[in-house]
Amino acid sequence: MTSINLASRHGEALETAASVEGRSLWQDAWRRLLRNRAAVVSLIILAVIGLLSVLGPYALPWSYDEIDWDHIEALPPSLELGHYLGTDYVGRDLLARTLVGGRVSLTVGILATAVALIIGVTVGAVAGFVGGRVDQILMRFVDLMYSVPLTFFVIILMVLFGRNFILMFLAIGCVEWLTMSRIVRGQTLSLRNKEFIEAARASGGTTAGIIWRHIVPNVLGVVIIYVTLTIPQVILLESFLSFLGLGVQEPLTSWGMLINEGAAEMEITPRTLFVPAVFMTVTLFCFNFLGDGIRDALDPKDR
Amino acid sequence: MISVPSSPVLEIKNLSVQFATPEGEVQAVSDVSLSVNKGECLGIVGESGSGKSQTFMAALGLLAENGTAQGEVLLNGVDLLKAGERKLTAIRGNKIALIFQDPMTSLTPHMRVGRQLTEVLMRHRGLNATEARDGAIAMLKRVQIPEPERRFIMYPHELSGGLRQRVMIAMALLCGPDMVIADEPTTALDVTVQAQILDLIREVQDTLDTAVVLITHDLGVVAGLADRVAVMYAGRIVEQGGVRDIFYRPNHPYTRGLLECTPSLDQVQTGKLLTIPGQPPDLQNLPPGCAFHPRCVHSSERCLAERPVLSAASHNGQKACFLSEGQVSP
Repeated sequence: MTSINLASRHGEALETAASVEGRSLWQDAWRRLLRNRAAVVSLIILAVIGLLSVLGPYALPWSYDEIDWDHIEALPPSLELGHYLGTDYVGRDLLARTLVGGRVSLTVGILATAVALIIGVTVGAVAGFVGGRVDQILMRFVDLMYSVPLTFFVIILMVLFGRNFILMFLAIGCVEWLTMSRIVRGQTLSLRNKEFIEAARASGGTTAGIIWRHIVPNVLGVVIIYVTLTIPQVILLESFLSFLGLGVQEPLTSWGMLINEGAAEMEITPRTLFVPAVFMTVTLFCFNFLGDGIRDALDPKDR
Repeated sequence: MISVPSSPVLEIKNLSVQFATPEGEVQAVSDVSLSVNKGECLGIVGESGSGKSQTFMAALGLLAENGTAQGEVLLNGVDLLKAGERKLTAIRGNKIALIFQDPMTSLTPHMRVGRQLTEVLMRHRGLNATEARDGAIAMLKRVQIPEPERRFIMYPHELSGGLRQRVMIAMALLCGPDMVIADEPTTALDVTVQAQILDLIREVQDTLDTAVVLITHDLGVVAGLADRVAVMYAGRIVEQGGVRDIFYRPNHPYTRGLLECTPSLDQVQTGKLLTIPGQPPDLQNLPPGCAFHPRCVHSSERCLAERPVLSAASHNGQKACFLSEGQVSP
């Protein structure tokens, strides 16, 4: 740290000194995130899409599973009929279906990723930090899980517990945490011999305390990036499972399913592909920008 | 357990440390015994790999996974080598604190300095956040950090090396430890800051009556701070005694060699920097007899056949050499 650099930071620090007392890493990160324009815009768009998905269907004249028998063919957008973005090939309102599909896709995407995040970070950090036999056992278990084919795994779950929406989160979460734990373990291994970890041990830190306060916050940057890559993956995985009849069932739908259906009709009514695809693409873009923003915000050197 | 003044705070008896490596076992510390009294500063001197750091890492149970230690390490009479991890956790940072070599990497980068200090107080002293904050700021003031309230909310990378080392010292002193182990506390700092940090350690030691172990290879640092000195070579203590005795009347050729290696202004005339010829020995493959004999100018047949044990030296300390003071000094 050069003195010039220090001096320039003093001014800023002085200004904010009174107001930042006792702020945690998270409050700090939030403040820094709000300064990132792309991340803020993404956050707003995501919130709008989320709200539309949750509340939108109630405000529309047609429900997602209602067939407009007078217009059984795919109908172009029409304001007077209440089909603002037209209907699909069996006459169901496309906008209503897309919004309802958004509920499913966003829920699956966020919850399954959260499951993967929690299990993956915990397993990875413990395996990497504790090392030795614990590491061996946990990582061989991960290898074992890698070798089980996803569809086979999901079918077994279905047989055991019946078809269940919750099961899908678990199934996807159980697969996605594997890579996460490997990444976190690798990061932890490179951190555990750093001097500040040794210093933490020398000042009497417990294993759990060091993992939670010194290891996990330091791997978050990488983890957040991986999360933003996982959410789209999970949304697509859901549509794959649904396609196999293991996920959500008609007439309930998801973005992945809508895109599948739309792709089949692409040459006749490209609209049925584009509408869900635009929603999904915008969402995934926003998740990526937001993830980038969060990563930057979590790095104190980046302010 | 209150220690009587001048009774040993820490007593190490016959401590040995080995590391299992793929190439075989490495004997890092062999049969080291030493004690540190209350309010005293013990300097541990030696080349890299002489086992000076590992002696104290073993004492705190902080050896690398492949390391094992035998012997006794008594802190106020309690054997630390036999204590469980839970007990050690309660002792580290509380009764014994460590100051590390490199302040640039010893603070967690994503955490504000204040938080790292309060964490120690909250864990060991059970203080609440406000009390811990007051305690931490008071300690920052104590180690002469200007504007402690402002530094409190800064991140480590926003502080200079000297300030960070002060923060590390503050952290070490937070719980009022019986003993502070400073492992090369000034090696990573520039000279002017070095002097300030040494002054600080001395001042703190005087006022708080803390025992200090100063691990260093810088004899100048030892001369300025230590009351007693132990010189280590190849995992063993080769000479120990009062700082003046060691400096003015070295009984061991290695100590003498170290002293001669210290550059001084007089050498400007000769234009030559003295060194001890040869390399520190391979710990897996120690020479027979005295480990120092291949590099020693006075070595004889006996040095090769027999390992000298620590015995009374001409000053009031001990030496591990067959020669007497007169034979070592020219």
